[in-house]
Amino acid sequence: MTTTPTAPALSAPALPLARGPLSAAVLAALRGGPLPDELDVEGADPFGDDLQLALYVCYELHYRGFAGVDDDLEWDPALLGLRRRLEAAFLAALRAEVPGGGDVAAEIEPLLVEHVDAPGVSRHLRRRGELWQFREYIALRSLYHLKEADPQAWVIPRLEGEAKAALVSVEHDEYGAGRGERMHAQLFADMMRELGLSDRYGAYVDVAPAPVIAEVNFMSMSGLHRALRGALVGQFAVVELTSSPGSDRLVRAAERLGCGPATIGFYAEHVEADAVHEQVVRHGILAPLVAGDPAMAEAVVFGMQAANLLDARLSDHVLAAWHAGRSALVGPLPEHAADA
Amino acid sequence: MPSVPPEALPHRVVVTADGPILVEGPVEVELPDGRKAVSERPVTALCVCGNSRRYPFCDTSHRRRVRSAREEER
Repeated sequence: MTTTPTAPALSAPALPLARGPLSAAVLAALRGGPLPDELDVEGADPFGDDLQLALYVCYELHYRGFAGVDDDLEWDPALLGLRRRLEAAFLAALRAEVPGGGDVAAEIEPLLVEHVDAPGVSRHLRRRGELWQFREYIALRSLYHLKEADPQAWVIPRLEGEAKAALVSVEHDEYGAGRGERMHAQLFADMMRELGLSDRYGAYVDVAPAPVIAEVNFMSMSGLHRALRGALVGQFAVVELTSSPGSDRLVRAAERLGCGPATIGFYAEHVEADAVHEQVVRHGILAPLVAGDPAMAEAVVFGMQAANLLDARLSDHVLAAWHAGRSALVGPLPEHAADA
Repeated sequence: MPSVPPEALPHRVVVTADGPILVEGPVEVELPDGRKAVSERPVTALCVCGNSRRYPFCDTSHRRRVRSAREEER
């Protein structure tokens, strides 16, 4: 393992707390220790806290790294070897849980129908959510939204032609269409501060339950593996196809709860932006990508089904906790008055 | 051969089969009551069903709405 120290980026977060033997081993390796030879990856719950956090920490080396951790560990063979085993377990579990298939249109159709009485976090927040629940939801979603569009950017060089051009046009919009202050990750950070939450990258990883981490890990895994580029596009499609009505419900929730302009504005932006993105994804990305390519269609369907599965698991977790009057977080929401 | 500057290309307007009209932006939309709505997006989705809460911009309110249990959704 290399030991050449490199200066950490200013925004690099602190290492999170371990949740079991796998995450403890990865964290110890990032602190400069050796990686144990005997790690029981296959015996771990593939959707559980320990495996998901271990994988998340491995992936963060490709985004912002961690304060005090050597940047070169991103390409450490021992860590990459362990990451491969963690990914294999996660991927096998996902494939076992979804039906698969090759009909992309059949996967899209139900996503374009509004099920007005279906359960869901945004529906709950819109109808009867409380402010503490809204704040919890934002804290949990920050694991993705503070790097919004980043996992999907990795797929760009793996596409070509019309699908590539169309995906870049959506990403361009996510990144503020050339204006840093309009980047969706920045708008999310503005909302967090308005809600009295910390917008520090990684601030809520320690309180994020496994289903939240798994959703982000699926994006990172699909983005980093060219072999999973179809799954990445499928995941991206599900988000863009369902975001507009979901964001509208969160606008109404934020209005009802008396939230400020940054909070209402973040979701209002997504109502309009994603109404456009839906069309671009369906006609500009998916249609040309899967035309005459059954294997790509199957990969896209897998990505869509896996994204739906992980979203449902996250929604079930959050709603079960809230309905029982409990926090959906692993521990209490840290108060960050000092860095707000 | 001289390249064509982007501003010389016509603005593309896409009429979708089941949703909004997509217009290359930025655009200023003038409404019958004299109100002007501005969109600075690279592409703007204009509502044509009239149901949008953000009219004249699409908010996907044209989507079919059904009542169903979650099982039927999958």
